[in-house]
Amino acid sequence: MKSGAVLRFFVLSLAMLIPAAARAGDVPAIAAASDLQFALTDVAAAFKTATGREVRLAFGSSGNFFRQIGQGAPFQMFLSADEAFVQRLAEAGLTADEGTLYAVGRIAIVVPQGSPLAADGTLDDLAAALEDGRLKKFAIANPEHAPYGARAEEALRHAGLWDAIKDKLVYGENVSQAAQFALSGNAQGGIVAWSLALAPEVAARGAHAPVPETMHMPLRQRMVLLQGAGETARRFHSFMQEDEARAIMRRYGFVLPGETM
Amino acid sequence: MDWEAFWLTIRLGGLTVLLLIPAAILTGRWLAATRMRGRAIVEAGLALPLVLPPTVVGFYLMIAFGSGAWFGQMFERLFGQTLVFTFEGLLLASLIVNIPFAVQPIQRAFEAVGPELREAAASCGLSRWRTLWRIELPLAWPGILTGTVLTFAHTLGEFGVVLMVGGSIPGETRTIAIAIYDRVQAFDEAAAGQMAAVLLLVSLATIAASYMLTQRIGRRYG
Repeated sequence: MKSGAVLRFFVLSLAMLIPAAARAGDVPAIAAASDLQFALTDVAAAFKTATGREVRLAFGSSGNFFRQIGQGAPFQMFLSADEAFVQRLAEAGLTADEGTLYAVGRIAIVVPQGSPLAADGTLDDLAAALEDGRLKKFAIANPEHAPYGARAEEALRHAGLWDAIKDKLVYGENVSQAAQFALSGNAQGGIVAWSLALAPEVAARGAHAPVPETMHMPLRQRMVLLQGAGETARRFHSFMQEDEARAIMRRYGFVLPGETM
Repeated sequence: MDWEAFWLTIRLGGLTVLLLIPAAILTGRWLAATRMRGRAIVEAGLALPLVLPPTVVGFYLMIAFGSGAWFGQMFERLFGQTLVFTFEGLLLASLIVNIPFAVQPIQRAFEAVGPELREAAASCGLSRWRTLWRIELPLAWPGILTGTVLTFAHTLGEFGVVLMVGGSIPGETRTIAIAIYDRVQAFDEAAAGQMAAVLLLVSLATIAASYMLTQRIGRRYG
């Protein structure tokens, strides 16, 4: 091969690959807690119908997003499952304002089809299953950085089951993975976000029941526009507070600001 | 099927190959011939990404790329954007983790050429660059091809490092391996299965093509 031909091939390939790396117009990346996996996907679809604008959603644990945004991740908006993360970002000057409460989340016990465990929100059957050996593995999200995991731990402690169940827990990296573990058939159940349990894709795989709110601290969920948020992100932020989005959120079991159960 | 993630991955693999292989040819050629003391240390350093868990590499890169580290700060000052959770950061990470996959086969190929041939070329009056271009590169070609294919295929499959420094941003850092992981978490096993099958076929085709090419080259020069 001639050296000129090699060089030409090299430059041409580089030229072909690089422009593709350039980002599309105003399609903001939005970081959202995993409990919104289904609800926010529906909201984004409604938003597109209403405004013709698109957003790119990334789901994960709120604690991880908090760390990533602190390190400069190029998200324009953050919907956290725990308002403390938003408040800490605001203190660090990384947000446009203090943020807005958009929902209060609920946790639920989920069990896969054919599980020896009953979907009992009071966790009484879970206690019985621990006693009689029906329970081998139980899934929750990692309490260290996933808010739903922390609330699941509180509920288990409140029921006096924490010490007995600790060795049987499997931890999802975020609440969505915990739900996947809980319903995969490899665990007898788990405590996850009610909003995930209510999604048709998930509900079809087993049974679920909400855990009483008295058993854990409330999951006050706050959203915030980040520094550098563009027009589409701003519109999406307002859209979340409009009736259409609120109706979708309500369908997924969220309690909305200004409403009670 | 997340085509955006698919093309992003192909782009990442292509750019990694284009930027890394020329550097790996020079490094591999140098390592094959040098009698420098401390060569073993250089080789060990270049081989490190092969033996370290991806989370260890990802952790150090995440720290180095962050706005708290001098490297991250320098990049931010030069290019006006951060490295973490961007395509550029992912590309840089990909270049670093692929060093051993690119350098080692190329170095072995140059070693196989042997010093006698180089000396013979020199005594015929060929310059070092002409020797490299006309004699050594054609002979080392199968090794270069292997390095290229390994680098590309490994980029397609890299997961741990991408998860640590990428953050799964659609169209920016969500590669196909991460998209599969995301789809499983979203209870969308149909899409995960489709993407896994596509990745399997592309990987198989890439490696099969390289074996076929190596055989043909082997016949021509053998």
